[in-house]
Amino acid sequence: MAELVKLNINGREIQAEKGALLIEVARQNGIEVPAFCYHEDYTLQAACRMCLVEIEKTPKLQVGCTTPVAEGMVVHTESDVVKKARKGTLEFLLTNHPLDCPVCDKGGECELQDMVFRYGAGESRFVERKHHVDEKQWSPVVFFDAPRCILCYRCVRACNEGMGVGALGIGNRGVISEIVPNQGDHLECDECGACIDICPVGALTSGSYRYQTRPWEMDHVGTICTHCADGCKTTLGVRVDKIVRGNNRDRSGINNEFLCVKGRYAFDFVEHPERLQSPMLKTAKGHEPISWSKAISLIANKFGETVLAGGKFGVVGSNHTTNEENFFLAKFAREGLGTKNIDHHRTGDLATFFDALSGKPDSLASSGDLYNVKAVLVVGSDLAQQHPFLSFQIRANFRHHNAHVYAVTSGPVREDNQAIASVRVQKGGELAGVESQRDKLKAEVNLVIVFGDAIQGDALRKLVAFGDSLGIPVKYVCLVDYSNSRGAFDMGVLPRDGGLSREQVLAAADLDVLWVVGANPLKNAALASKKAFVVVQDLFLSETAQQADIVLPAASAYEKSGTVTNVCGEVQKLKAAAKVMGTKTDLEIFGLLAKEMGLNLGIWLPDKVFEEIRKTVHGYNVPLPIVATGGAAPTMPLNGRVAALPGSIASANDTLFTSGSLSKYSNVLNAVMESPGKLYGGEGK
Amino acid sequence: MAKQLFNQPSPLETMVLSKRFALEGSETLDVYLKNDGFKAFLKAKEMTPEAIIDEVKASALRGRGGAGFPTGLKWSFVPRTSPKPRVIVVNADESEPGTCKDRLLIEYDPHQMIEGILIAGLAVDAHVGYVYIRGEYRYLIEKMDRAIAEAYSKGYLGNNVAGTGWKFDLYTHSGAGAYECGEETALLDSLEGKRGIPRMKPPFPAVAGAWGLPTLLNNVETFSAIPPIIRDGGAAFAALGTPKNGGTRLVCISGHVNKPGVYELPLGFPMMKAIDEVAGGIPGGRKLKAVVPGGSSCPILTASECDIPMDYDTLAKIGSMLGSGGMVVLDETTDMVRFALRIMRFYQHESCGWCIPCREGTTWLRKILQRFYEGHGRREDISLLGELSKNMLGRTFCALGDAAAMPTISIVEKFTEDFERYLARETVAV
Amino acid sequence: MTFSPQLEEIFAKMLQQYPEGRTRSAVVPMLIYAQDEVGSVNRELIEEVARRCKVTPLQVDEVVGYYSMLHRKPMGKYHVQVCTNISCLLVGGEELYESAKKKLGIGHKQVTADGQFSLEEVECMGACSWAPAVEINYDFHHFVTPEKLNQLIDSLKRAQ
Ligand SMILES: Cc1cc2nc3c(=O)[nH]c(=O)nc-3n(C[C@H](O)[C@H](O)[C@H](O)COP(=O)(O)O)c2cc1C
Ligand code: SF4
Ligand code: FES
Repeated sequence: MAELVKLNINGREIQAEKGALLIEVARQNGIEVPAFCYHEDYTLQAACRMCLVEIEKTPKLQVGCTTPVAEGMVVHTESDVVKKARKGTLEFLLTNHPLDCPVCDKGGECELQDMVFRYGAGESRFVERKHHVDEKQWSPVVFFDAPRCILCYRCVRACNEGMGVGALGIGNRGVISEIVPNQGDHLECDECGACIDICPVGALTSGSYRYQTRPWEMDHVGTICTHCADGCKTTLGVRVDKIVRGNNRDRSGINNEFLCVKGRYAFDFVEHPERLQSPMLKTAKGHEPISWSKAISLIANKFGETVLAGGKFGVVGSNHTTNEENFFLAKFAREGLGTKNIDHHRTGDLATFFDALSGKPDSLASSGDLYNVKAVLVVGSDLAQQHPFLSFQIRANFRHHNAHVYAVTSGPVREDNQAIASVRVQKGGELAGVESQRDKLKAEVNLVIVFGDAIQGDALRKLVAFGDSLGIPVKYVCLVDYSNSRGAFDMGVLPRDGGLSREQVLAAADLDVLWVVGANPLKNAALASKKAFVVVQDLFLSETAQQADIVLPAASAYEKSGTVTNVCGEVQKLKAAAKVMGTKTDLEIFGLLAKEMGLNLGIWLPDKVFEEIRKTVHGYNVPLPIVATGGAAPTMPLNGRVAALPGSIASANDTLFTSGSLSKYSNVLNAVMESPGKLYGGEGK
Repeated sequence: MAKQLFNQPSPLETMVLSKRFALEGSETLDVYLKNDGFKAFLKAKEMTPEAIIDEVKASALRGRGGAGFPTGLKWSFVPRTSPKPRVIVVNADESEPGTCKDRLLIEYDPHQMIEGILIAGLAVDAHVGYVYIRGEYRYLIEKMDRAIAEAYSKGYLGNNVAGTGWKFDLYTHSGAGAYECGEETALLDSLEGKRGIPRMKPPFPAVAGAWGLPTLLNNVETFSAIPPIIRDGGAAFAALGTPKNGGTRLVCISGHVNKPGVYELPLGFPMMKAIDEVAGGIPGGRKLKAVVPGGSSCPILTASECDIPMDYDTLAKIGSMLGSGGMVVLDETTDMVRFALRIMRFYQHESCGWCIPCREGTTWLRKILQRFYEGHGRREDISLLGELSKNMLGRTFCALGDAAAMPTISIVEKFTEDFERYLARETVAV
Repeated sequence: MTFSPQLEEIFAKMLQQYPEGRTRSAVVPMLIYAQDEVGSVNRELIEEVARRCKVTPLQVDEVVGYYSMLHRKPMGKYHVQVCTNISCLLVGGEELYESAKKKLGIGHKQVTADGQFSLEEVECMGACSWAPAVEINYDFHHFVTPEKLNQLIDSLKRAQ
């Protein structure tokens, strides 16, 4: 327990931890000390001088952002001298800041605007000419307007310290100092846009959002990113049913302000012109639109006939759809269609993982654990590419708590910059690499092991045995891809009890019906059965949909409610942000089909299905309020033995700029992919 | 035939640091050794670190870089027993307008400074030093490099300094044009290969300086004063000056005087005597208008304020500073608006840009002064100049902001009539 | 990028003089010495210095913009720097600078058409007591008058 000191702020006696920063102590006690450059996640700058406060017995005003509190300190944050200083600083700041608030993207949510409103300096004594520089575009998503920049260096720190990229720096000197991109006139970076959102003013603006709307004209819908398994909260700004931006400036969710390029910008697939907006029937002339009722009845008839005839079904579920949808689909297959042939593209060996963890209820690491644990071991994955948020957590842990990072990978990874040990191995040699760190790991206090698809089957059991042998608390993250792989697994979209795997279904020459929900299994594989009736639910006419007899236009994750489970097993809620005409959610489609077939599979409202999940799925009896209020509820690992499953497991090998088949339909991702740059050494494409 | 110096010495000087300047070959180790060189080091080698520091404290030597911090006290802050190695850094950035003395100390007597550095090394148990020299002084870097090479070759640097078995390495490091790099922490960032942005204090350089190591940083002249102090005793050095203002210092007299030059004068030397007698008075019999007492950062003095002894305490008492020793003399013909503008142009150009009040304040002030000088001043600008300067004062990240504000405040307050005259001129012009 | 053997020798020494692993410290001196030989700090030089000092090109680029002696465009073969700061100002520094502008037909940080001369109005360069002062490349000239500067420039022209 840290030593406590007593101090006095604005006449109030306050207790605080010795050495805590005055600005934080004040804020924790409801006393706002204004600041631009101070940001609790990043290094101190003391550059903006907005946080000046008066401390008795010190001759000059002191900056609250770097002054540690001490016993007996008497502080005034609202005295006349302080107010005058603040006003003076704002007045200085406004001398070169253009007053183009009416057309500035930040207008209405600008920290400078707020401060001038609160502390004055609205009327100007400045009659000189302002320094002007033209706006620049640094990347498809990042624009920079130098005169608006107040040089708080938040963007530089977010890029350098937060992202570990270091693509932003400071050029020139004095009043013509400006933020500069790493390639002279453009950026070569993660394109994450963190710099834009952390900018207190409108100096950095986003290529997709700029000049689209005013902030107060938007609804803000907090939902979960649909691109990778990390499950970042993204707050979608919606204007008249159109998503115009994504960010997480309210810092809700597991990811705080973090988002990668996909979470921040790649919502644009929603509006892609190729979105399916009507059910379609394959005819001699190709796919032709039909009505929903016709499509549903055609499918129900075919499904019903096949059930009656004892025909063979194959169901391929999705790792993008919600838990409720996955749950309902699994139930539909087993109870409604009487088939065990249900599967999805599995990207991590969760079956072996849970089996190996049997009897170890505390061994699933949460995303928060990655930030708090003393040591992290990354095995066989380029996290910065494939799990940007997990990678961010590890960097933050290193930055704030000096975490010990170990990386056992086949190539250089960003974690090398933090690692106390970087072990390079041939693919397949990961376990040996891990073993080489045994002595160091044994000396750690606790550990989280994060591993990719290279560790599966026997190797995975050995890895857990290795963890057991260290004699310290060890938790694990079994990496999977896509936004709800974990959910698909947990909800039983699996060929259990002798069902056919995805590959087996595709290879079965006697397959009667192939039902594909939000997946693209025929992208790189052929369907063996010539007679199979193929039904596909998707957003786009994918390779698989092109072969379908009937295609149903599905709603995307940004258009529906429900829950998803991230790579760490945390359940979070989706909230519908937009609506695309003609589409239905997969859950609604299942419900309509069940109804048409006369099946009683229960009510198909997301909340009702989730209740059933909570009652029946192991580990999902999570507290409702947490989920309902937008929190992340940890699930428990399955704790008995888990039977092995047929079929293969392979990572999607997405990069920062790809997202399975979806990225094809994101203009933003395609635009930044054109210049993935040296940073990704050809891996970008 | 005596060698050609920058300026002829004055008989009124007290030559301690500059006593070898006029000697032929004064920059060589041989001449240095023949003229008291390295006696102090050998003496210090026999002393304890505490005793060395006590001697420096006894000398009442105060830093010659500008801030005037007591040198002995500064040395005592360096954690001698820290497990981290200690580093010595010499501030030879000499960029304060009006200052041109460190140049002479390196050009004419580099070994005196080296010996001072070595003694400091003994005092804080450091074994490596860097001389940070401003980039414009390339010729001086070359001279310093030559002196260092000579010292190495003759065993006065390296693994066996003066045969004592004690080790010390010394290197030069070039700046590249930035006044702010004279500020000690900005200098350290620059030394580390970065932009010269000042650092937050604490930690002070003594605890965590260059590369995070405990660092002793002093001005060229400060180090150069060490050998005489150790050789003849701190008390003797102190006695040359006034209480708490020990010794002599190199005063750079420039501006409107007949014999501008760098002169070594004891602390407490009368300012008027320096102007009239040492520097030969004001040309053309014109009258004195003002004096910048210690570099452009110091509040300016009116003629009537100049009848004072030049020491730190007296200047502090009248609201100015002795600064870096750059004394600029202004005669009655000087246009103070033009002078203030030139000063502000300098600070605006040199502001590192890190903090808002300095970056924007110097720019705004420069623009107002420029407009004023071009004849478009307004009456309210006069008070605005003062107010804006005061809005900078004490609120900037480092002392550059103060350095810009202080002279401006003093000029506007003390020479308001010069500004009024501009207003009148404009009326006529309209 | 290749440099003269003399420069390579200087660089080799530079890289050794800082504590272990602190090669970044050589960035500023390396840039300024290299600029003298290359003529300016171009992108190629930035990348070369970054490589040698084991930093990112951006880290070098940041430094280039900060220091006023580093130029991204080549200056003249003779870079004439006239100080107009206070001590020089009082004894004719500005007039000297004006006459230099006229003599060379160029302004601040401009280069003559033949690339021989460039001009810069500079801040105090530590020659206050011998003002007004001019530095041409790295050579100081003290107590300079417009006439003296004109002669100096003429003699440099003749020397070509
Ligand atoms: C803006 C600024 C510029 C400075 N420039 C110099 C300089 O050129 N040379 C110098 O020795 N000290 C300079 N100083 C003072 C140094 O920060 C520091 O106080 C000094 O070098 C310490 O050495 P001393 O104690 O021997 O004086 C400057 C300070 C400031 C704030
Ligand atoms: S006062 Fe601020 S902007 Fe000015 S030089 Fe110091 S830190 Fe830089
Ligand atoms: S927040 Fe303290 S100086 Fe900016």
